[in-house]
Amino acid sequence: MSGDVCIVGVGIHPFGRTDGLSGLEQGVFAVQQALGDAGIAWPDIQFAYGSSDAAGNPDTMVDRLGLTGVQFINVRNGCAAGGSALFSAQMAIKSGEFDIGLAVGFDKHPRGAFNALPAEYNLPDWYGDAGFMITTQFFAAKITRYMHLHGISRTTLGRVAEKAFRNAVHAPHAWRREPVALDDILNGALVSDPYSKFMFCSPAEGGVALILASEKKARELGKPLVRLKAATMRTRPTKSFEVFAPSIDIGGGTATATRIASADAFRMAGIGPEDIALAQLQDTEAGAEIMHMAENGFCADGEQEAWLAEGRTEIGGTLPVNTDGGCLACGEPIGASGLRQVYENVVQLRGDGGSRQVPGAPRTAYSHVYGAPGVSAVTILER
Amino acid sequence: MHAIAEGLFTDEAPPRLIGGRERTSGRIVFPCPPGAAYEPVALSRTGRLWSWTIQRYRPKSPPYAGPDTFRPWPVAYVELPGEVIVEARLTDVAFDQISIGMALELTSVPLDPDNAASAQIPAFRPAATTGAAA
Repeated sequence: MSGDVCIVGVGIHPFGRTDGLSGLEQGVFAVQQALGDAGIAWPDIQFAYGSSDAAGNPDTMVDRLGLTGVQFINVRNGCAAGGSALFSAQMAIKSGEFDIGLAVGFDKHPRGAFNALPAEYNLPDWYGDAGFMITTQFFAAKITRYMHLHGISRTTLGRVAEKAFRNAVHAPHAWRREPVALDDILNGALVSDPYSKFMFCSPAEGGVALILASEKKARELGKPLVRLKAATMRTRPTKSFEVFAPSIDIGGGTATATRIASADAFRMAGIGPEDIALAQLQDTEAGAEIMHMAENGFCADGEQEAWLAEGRTEIGGTLPVNTDGGCLACGEPIGASGLRQVYENVVQLRGDGGSRQVPGAPRTAYSHVYGAPGVSAVTILER
Repeated sequence: MHAIAEGLFTDEAPPRLIGGRERTSGRIVFPCPPGAAYEPVALSRTGRLWSWTIQRYRPKSPPYAGPDTFRPWPVAYVELPGEVIVEARLTDVAFDQISIGMALELTSVPLDPDNAASAQIPAFRPAATTGAAA
């Protein structure tokens, strides 16, 4: 195939809680919206990759969309599921086998924190019995160490959450769309110190669909060319510090799957962090956005303190981050979350962001997810 | 002592934690995984606080096996010099006195804080000799 793989259609079912609608139905909603956006019909879709962690088998949506015999492959890859579906869809077109296809993700999780069981993670039962099988403990311990090493204040964590809710006011697909004052964020009930309840995202529901096409096909459709310059999915290196870790190697906690996925994505795209106009970075908790700014190469460790104080990651800043409020404001339906970031980037690159539009007609956009047990997926889009 | 699981503590008084040394690489992990790839190794009783948080809400059951009543507890990662960083409870310290680098020593806490006879969980407390940060 010559040219780039392009994203020619996007659709989203609003994130949050939608009683009476299954996760799969939210995925179908997103697919239909994306088909309309691309100006095509379901029988035009040659293949699909679908991701869901807890809401059923994506391929069963052919019942709703039409029994065309289409190739439909299910992807289950933790928090990187959406990124993995997108990567796979890209490769299907790059290979020359197909011209146009779908990456779709959806999910619907029960309320409250995920309750993982030790046996699912190759851990002894006592670890769960004793109360260590808690994702929020890990996230909190990770940022506490980072704040100590790099001089990040708790106020900076609060600023990340404040920005998320402020941006989400202007994102119709976001869940929590009321601004929250910085003092309320900092004084909110503590979940796991230093994090208050406003600094963690919640499991949620939602669906996202992206239609990918060869550059030739995209030109035929007459859509703005949003090019997928890189899509990577990587797993953890040695000495990383991951969720549910009864022990860590001495000197550990610095090497991450994110650093590998990011460096490889920049290499493939042939550009660097300084060339990116806006970024969606995994922010399942406020400190994740802080750490991921550095892990993805946008700043040095510790510089985030000044970046947030100076508003550099605001929509009008030098590198707007999480322009739709990210996971903090949208919640995290695992199968859909990474694709939401790419949806938001396409909206921004097309100039369709409305009152959350990044000014200056951005030409490059970056997305990043990270999750258990040490997986990361990155995309770079160019217009 | 009634430990929460077999193979966590040595039989010494006071006990030490039992880690696992990977036979091929020498890398130490905690707890000692089953199988022949790791050999049990008694870990240092003292170390320094690497990171921490406070568990502010009662964990979901399953898997948590503690009592319905809940009081927040600190969770610690403790660097045992030259060995490994282990996760454990932190005890005998006010929350506002916890600081990274503080010297700690091994102890244990009961799963039910109101029943000292309940299963014991690995824990660290401020070291008797020095409380100074590194």
